[in-house]
Amino acid sequence: MTNQYTDLKNADVILIMGGNPAENHPVAMKWIMRAKEQRGAKLVVVDPRFTRTAAKADLYVPIRSGTDIVFLGGLIKYIIDNNLYFKDYVLNYTDASFLVDPNFKLPDELDGVFSGYDEKKRAYDKATWKFQLDENGIPKKDPTLQDPHCVFQLLRKIYSRYTLDVVSNITGAPKDKIEECYKILASTGKPDKVMTECYAMGWTQHTVGAQNIRAMSIIQLLLGNMGMAGGGINALRGESNVQGSTDAGLLFHILTGYNPTPVASDVDLKTYIEKYTPKTKEPKSLNWLSNRPKYIVSYLKAIYGDKATKENDYCYSYLPKRDDTQNCSWLMIFDQMYKGKIKGFFAWGQNPACSGANSNKTRQALAKLDWLVCVNLWDNETSSFWKGPGMDSKKIKTEVFFLPCAASVEKEGSVTNSGRIAQWRYKAVNPPGKCMPDAEIINELYFRVKKLYEKEKGAFPDPILHLTWDYGEKDKNGKIKHVDVHKVAKEINGYFTADVPEHPNDKKAYKKGQQVPSFALLLDDGRTACGNWIYCGSYTDAGNMMARRGKEDPTGLGLFPNWAWSWPVNRRIIYNRASVDPQGNPWDPKRAVIKWDAANKKWVGDIADGPQPPLALEGGKLPFIMKPLGVGAIFGPGMADGPFPVHYEPLECPFQENPLYKKHRINPTVKLFDADTDVFVYCDTRYPYVGTTYRVTEHWQTGVMTRHTDWLRELEPQIFAEIDPVLAKEKGIKSGDKVIVSSARGKLWAIAIITPRLQPMKVLGQTIHIVGLPWHYGWKFPEDGSGGDSANLLTPTIGDPNTMIPESKAFMVNIEKA
Amino acid sequence: MELTRRSFLKISTGALLLSSLGLNLEPTKAYAAELRTKGAKETTTVCPYCSVGCSIIVSVKDGKVVNTEGDPDGPINEGALCPKGASIYQMANNPYRVTEPLYRAPGSNQWKKISWDEALDKIAKLIKQTRDKNFIVKNEKGQVVNRVDAIAHVGSAALDNEECYILQKLLRSWGLVYIEHQARI
Repeated sequence: MTNQYTDLKNADVILIMGGNPAENHPVAMKWIMRAKEQRGAKLVVVDPRFTRTAAKADLYVPIRSGTDIVFLGGLIKYIIDNNLYFKDYVLNYTDASFLVDPNFKLPDELDGVFSGYDEKKRAYDKATWKFQLDENGIPKKDPTLQDPHCVFQLLRKIYSRYTLDVVSNITGAPKDKIEECYKILASTGKPDKVMTECYAMGWTQHTVGAQNIRAMSIIQLLLGNMGMAGGGINALRGESNVQGSTDAGLLFHILTGYNPTPVASDVDLKTYIEKYTPKTKEPKSLNWLSNRPKYIVSYLKAIYGDKATKENDYCYSYLPKRDDTQNCSWLMIFDQMYKGKIKGFFAWGQNPACSGANSNKTRQALAKLDWLVCVNLWDNETSSFWKGPGMDSKKIKTEVFFLPCAASVEKEGSVTNSGRIAQWRYKAVNPPGKCMPDAEIINELYFRVKKLYEKEKGAFPDPILHLTWDYGEKDKNGKIKHVDVHKVAKEINGYFTADVPEHPNDKKAYKKGQQVPSFALLLDDGRTACGNWIYCGSYTDAGNMMARRGKEDPTGLGLFPNWAWSWPVNRRIIYNRASVDPQGNPWDPKRAVIKWDAANKKWVGDIADGPQPPLALEGGKLPFIMKPLGVGAIFGPGMADGPFPVHYEPLECPFQENPLYKKHRINPTVKLFDADTDVFVYCDTRYPYVGTTYRVTEHWQTGVMTRHTDWLRELEPQIFAEIDPVLAKEKGIKSGDKVIVSSARGKLWAIAIITPRLQPMKVLGQTIHIVGLPWHYGWKFPEDGSGGDSANLLTPTIGDPNTMIPESKAFMVNIEKA
Repeated sequence: MELTRRSFLKISTGALLLSSLGLNLEPTKAYAAELRTKGAKETTTVCPYCSVGCSIIVSVKDGKVVNTEGDPDGPINEGALCPKGASIYQMANNPYRVTEPLYRAPGSNQWKKISWDEALDKIAKLIKQTRDKNFIVKNEKGQVVNRVDAIAHVGSAALDNEECYILQKLLRSWGLVYIEHQARI
């Protein structure tokens, strides 16, 4: 989230597309409703289903699943054609005026791909995806926005085909609704009008998922809504600490604080730093990530302590390195496992047998493991996979361990919400029986594996033997008796490893062992250790900032700066330097996030994105400090599938071809999987309906927690399939009937719900029906099988080329009365 | 005046005083006397479900959670909770929890109880065996990679930040690169 849940109340327009907060983030709805009630804000919902959120909307627009870019591309065209963009913002704070390489070509000119496409590799050579540079090495600009190579003109050109008729034809949305919607959304391109956008898996779970979000980013930049109170783009994340665990680098591509994981060609720390530290020649760019060396060195110092020295590259060689082209993402794990290449596997607080796309493949993959460790509160479809449907336990050689852990109220620690606020929670009771907090299980495994390596030696033991683990009192064997999470939190924050008599940044003296007050004070010479630089400031010598409970709200915007602590540096709205004009005055004084206090030469309000003065003043800096050029990127050369979002059909769709780019039906850069279970179909009469998955309020994810909660299971006891009344009549299905929903990969039963919440759509001359299923169920519990099984039995193994998030929101199915 | 939970409690006490002045608040009094949170110790927690971060008060008596409710002092939820957040009482008092480690041997069709010591020792040995057998010091190009592809890990979005941190530290010290979690799906 760029902003905060509480900040949603400051919006004039709230677009919900790719999410359904009334259902899945109900308390977020409190703030959306407050904006409606107190400001007269307009709530607009664009979704294939008339959701619970849509029920509260001022305008609801139905679209076919997987056509969001068409809808948003049409909006970009509408904004440009009608001159509704926020000109001062666009000119000063974005790359709209930058000139792109004249050899760069749009898909309109190249049959649906950008310049540089290599069909064999299914990837781009990005040589032309760059700006023209002047003699100082900074991008050439045309402030009139007229040059045909400037980003703005390319944007105009690429979306010129996304007319209202085209949008209506492809998305299935009625033309008058589209226009009404565009009018409301584009009304926020004024300094004193703001739109916010909220999305969740409805946007990410597509083969164009990342580009869905980029399309919205472009819109929010054109309308000047980034950095503003009541603005931004807000990912409504699905788990209590999915933000924190992402921040902690529990993903294959990132270490803590989003430092990239090294690959094989990053042969030493110097190479790593050289490659991942962005450089800029733009004098007005703060280029925050030029600080990368401080963050990576401090991380290595945190995990390898005194062993990490300048001479040994701070133990950089201890970090495992994947090969340069080795993608280790979720779908790849199960593909490798299915192919027998993964022998041991941990499912820690997760139920992949139900949560991963193409569950049949996932479940069969588990059967090929030598050993499996599941850490959970409840036995589930993953830990008991060997007794699941179609499994012959006698033939399954996998050794399985179930380790019972503690629930959230049975231990102490922090979790980070979508708004980046890390909040401390306390232990209320002891875990039941022999259940153990996860931290203790981790501690046990650390100690026991280490002991084995001390005793028996083995492959490269150094990273194991030298890992820092100073988290409390030790027993006679040298094991930490109980992990003191405060000590861990302090390591995450960071501390000085040596006396710093005069810090180069603030000229103050710091003593060895002192907590580092802010990441601005981290060093790249080994004198600071910091487990996660973005959490630097969360646990200082002043105490545990995450446990604060102050309710003051000096800005009146609902930022609550003394409630817990948000990264980075307790900033509540990121990119907030874009909320002021180049002189430092808020675009909208009534909703001032920050303001430049000229007399005292400092920012007041939220913690500004860098203390430097506003752009137009001496020493002034551009607002988008994480971008090397300092501006919001409308042109996105970092993307795998193109610097602008364009429409490709989902892997499975009802059509032979992409109506916009005939030669490329699907995203030309997606990885196609080749296992025998990786089948897919399109325009196939056997699977004529668009399938989609979603969630309900009463359940959560694969339902392991909520199915085991009697109150909740009673409310939503079993899987259902929603269909529209027309399809129901055609198929002779009535509400309450048992139906079989099938795809090219699997099938399951569900109880039919016939509902006008879904309506047939006219798309490209065809009538399209949608079949919607929640994915909260599994065969394991309730034990009588009355709940049904996971809707992911139907979904395909295919991912977005940037994120590798599976396409679970659009696939083809059939439905029949059971 | 902004009504916080604490000030609300003070007002309630005031109301009880009023009752001694002749106002009939007997029903209120009777109800208050029966509250299961009476004498309970309160701590705060954050909802373990979605990412809004709702603050919840947990009341504990005799080592048992006796009540959970939205925390009015939490500025994000102002005391409100959704059905899931409102149900965490049943997460804390749950008959379906597995309360001791379980083991399923190769080819077996059932779980067997196992001690923590035995389970953890077995797992540690398997980690070491698999790691030693599959450890890659250099890749085909001769670059030092110090990794193991044969062990993978998913999960952690339900763990606390501190647990996540030591977990990533540990997994990478073993050489794992197949590390993924909920954010990817």
